[in-house]
Amino acid sequence: MKGQAWKFGNNIDTDLIIPARYLNTSDPAELAQYAMMDADSEWVDKMKKGDFIVAGDNFGCGSSREHAPIALKAAGVSAIIAKSFARIFYRNAINIGLPILESPKAAEEIKEGDEVEVDLSSGTIKDITSGKTYKAQPFPEFMKKIIDAGGLIHFLRKK
Amino acid sequence: MTPQTISQKILAKHANLKFVEPGQLISCKVDLVLGNDITAPPAIKEFEKIGVSKVFDKKKIYLVPDHFTPAKDIKSAEQVKMMRHFAKKYGIVNFFEIGCMGVEHALLPEMGAIKPGDLIIGADSHTCTYGALGAFSTGVGSTDMAAAMATGEVWLKVPEQLKFIYKGKLRKWVEAKDLILYTIGQIGVDGARYMSMEFTGPIIKQLSVEGRLTMANMAIEAGGKNGIFDVDTKTAAYLKKAKAGKGIVYHSDPDAEYKKVYNWDVTEIEPQISFPHLPSNTKPVSKCSHVKIDQSVIGSCTNGRIEDMRVAAKVIKGKKVHKDVRLIILPATQKIELQMIKEGLTEIFIKAGAAVSTPTCGPCLGGHMGILAEGEKSIATTNRNFVGRMGHPKSEVYLSNVAVAAASAIAGHIVSPENL
Repeated sequence: MKGQAWKFGNNIDTDLIIPARYLNTSDPAELAQYAMMDADSEWVDKMKKGDFIVAGDNFGCGSSREHAPIALKAAGVSAIIAKSFARIFYRNAINIGLPILESPKAAEEIKEGDEVEVDLSSGTIKDITSGKTYKAQPFPEFMKKIIDAGGLIHFLRKK
Repeated sequence: MTPQTISQKILAKHANLKFVEPGQLISCKVDLVLGNDITAPPAIKEFEKIGVSKVFDKKKIYLVPDHFTPAKDIKSAEQVKMMRHFAKKYGIVNFFEIGCMGVEHALLPEMGAIKPGDLIIGADSHTCTYGALGAFSTGVGSTDMAAAMATGEVWLKVPEQLKFIYKGKLRKWVEAKDLILYTIGQIGVDGARYMSMEFTGPIIKQLSVEGRLTMANMAIEAGGKNGIFDVDTKTAAYLKKAKAGKGIVYHSDPDAEYKKVYNWDVTEIEPQISFPHLPSNTKPVSKCSHVKIDQSVIGSCTNGRIEDMRVAAKVIKGKKVHKDVRLIILPATQKIELQMIKEGLTEIFIKAGAAVSTPTCGPCLGGHMGILAEGEKSIATTNRNFVGRMGHPKSEVYLSNVAVAAASAIAGHIVSPENL
């Protein structure tokens, strides 16, 4: 996957990702229109399908709303690279099949607008603009199975 | 035997293991699965995709429409309708309509649904509240809820353990809320990320169970996976009154391992205020010079219990809400609302010029019943003050205890009841 990097800071909470005033629906396409609304109200119009979010520590803190990763996935975000993720967001992203990569160095060094390429199977993040390559924290075997199945529900159906 | 904490013992029991260690991935049986009107609808959609014909246990699933109820608009009504139909279709006993519902995390302990030693997951981040009763309880997303409704199981990573010891003497007007705000202020919103927070020490022993529920409720605001308390005679009395089962009481072994132990003398702590836009942005109330407020909200799963209402009434009795302030009081359950009427608290609030609402999460998450306009400020006994949390992205929320929220509503600016 290849796309442009959009940088966000530390502690990006789920209210910034999808404000509660839009949670009277769980329709992904509708939620996508409001992704990152209160962080940057024009972001959804600026970003292109396939782009990446690159953020600091504790991305997705706050509420358990799965609408947050759903909105980002439906908006076309191909993966989120962060220094660290909040616990529930981390679970939710894996469960719904939104790729997340933990790499403090990549999250620090990649700049807004850089062209980024990610190989999920190896966890390799390449900043094409700077020419630097990073390796994300590998997932435990058990989580890999859920990710490979395309999320928890597909994983359970297979079982 | 490897020494273990309460949290580890509960996890090990539910994973059918002798002991567990931090970082270990385990599959656990759950005693209770919870969802609300925001998180249950996506869970229901996912559940239907799994391809099972029944839920794992009709009595162990709790569906509580509390966030946007009484339904604030057509879409919200549709979400509750979906829950209602799902409950009927699968014979789920614990679905709560308006008139018997409450804010989920106040309702479940009150009705005796929680026992010590239980493992509970809920599609709501504040599910960590039930740790106050000695249960391992944590928030998950809708897909986890769907999977648990089908299988009765959840995968969990065993968290590292943090211990918080509170000593000293609490000053007047300092509440359990201030202890947790202080804690979050000290360690930050990710200070306990992925970790278990064990609250202990002489001050904790003195706290009421209601106060402990307030503290456990906000473990997530430090990024915690769960908050947990020892079960003592106060817990036992609370459980008995709620007609909950006795459950299994676990205690941490004296030589159990903690990643970090915080030891605080809280004698000098004042009521704490979390300034916008993070719960960790705390200041003592005496350092809040003239923050004018437009609104004060008293309620929520953090501070909407009868004890909170009594504190509010004590401060407000015989006074008038400031002419530039809207005071909104939200009892967290029907039972609390009724008790308020019996004790004359509702009358005190209404005479003072407050609006008393039916139970709902409402304004806490910017849903309804008290949304802020651009540039407005609210003090609130709720748990989050993120950007746009109570309304307009350019509005502000200041978190506080009940007494300060009540006093500020009278004064028109943030103030301690001491200086009212």
